[in-house]
Amino acid sequence: MNVGIVIVSHSPKIAEGAADMVRQMVGDRVKLAWTGGNSAGGLGTDVAQILAAIEAAWSDAGVAILVDLGGAETNAEMAVSLLEEERRDRVVVCNAAVVEGAVIAATEASGGSPLPVVRQAAEEIYGG
Amino acid sequence: MDDPRKERLIRAIAQAVIDHADELTALDQAIGDGDHGLNMQRGFAAVLADLPALAAKRLPDMLKGIGMTLVMQVGGAAGPLYGTLFLELGKTMPEQPERDDLVAAFGAAIRAVMARGKSEPGQKTMLDVLVPAQAALAEGADAARLKIVAAEAAARTVPMRAIRGRASFLGERSIGHMDPGARSSQLMLAALADAVEQAA
Repeated sequence: MNVGIVIVSHSPKIAEGAADMVRQMVGDRVKLAWTGGNSAGGLGTDVAQILAAIEAAWSDAGVAILVDLGGAETNAEMAVSLLEEERRDRVVVCNAAVVEGAVIAATEASGGSPLPVVRQAAEEIYGG
Repeated sequence: MDDPRKERLIRAIAQAVIDHADELTALDQAIGDGDHGLNMQRGFAAVLADLPALAAKRLPDMLKGIGMTLVMQVGGAAGPLYGTLFLELGKTMPEQPERDDLVAAFGAAIRAVMARGKSEPGQKTMLDVLVPAQAALAEGADAARLKIVAAEAAARTVPMRAIRGRASFLGERSIGHMDPGARSSQLMLAALADAVEQAA
């Protein structure tokens, strides 16, 4: 089973658009979920929606989360901390640009790479 | 602490944040993404909406309940940061806390916020108010003193340069504005101090 990918942006349009690009690259070979916007429908991120996205993209190989700015990262890490213990260690928040990172991570995941390799691929795009 | 007292304390803190939502938004528009006021207002309105049920819980569970409400409702970085503060207060506070317990729980909660935000004092954040406030309480500050320390600490964020959060994108231009998170922390501490003074 391939690593799943979750895309989290302040903007639902960016999250959905990034997911479209990922889908074009990897088709159905990778489980993919996206979320954007706060609970009131404005720009922001929502921990409950992030948890739902992790569930939707869940794979026993783990889930890599790609985020855009500050609050998205903090909320994604908060969501991970709220997961049940046996899942928590199999979810990572990547330190990468959201669009490029999602495409690279998903491409790596589609080849069956394990979670640390998927994460590394996303984080090394710009030599990071 | 009886239920009416818990309810008064929460209401005071929540109302202080809600009443200053426009000011927090204006501060955040100057150096951030302008959502702090609205986000905090939404979070604490949700706390107020759940107030009787929250106040009926044991003190540690009440604090955790507030934390989880903020985590789920605020939507910006302030949600997990303030949420973590209250969640950790709930984890470390005994049901009938003495003053030492309060100081220790506040210290543990601040360390949890530092870890969640990967931040430390001096980076123009809420920590620049929370850390000196906790230190003052540890040294025996009363409510009046706590208010002064918190206000002075918030004012000291004005000349700071932001290192964390959206304001850090502004670099030097973040200098000259009070940090909105420092201000919201100060407002909450002042409301808490007022409520304690009134009860005394």
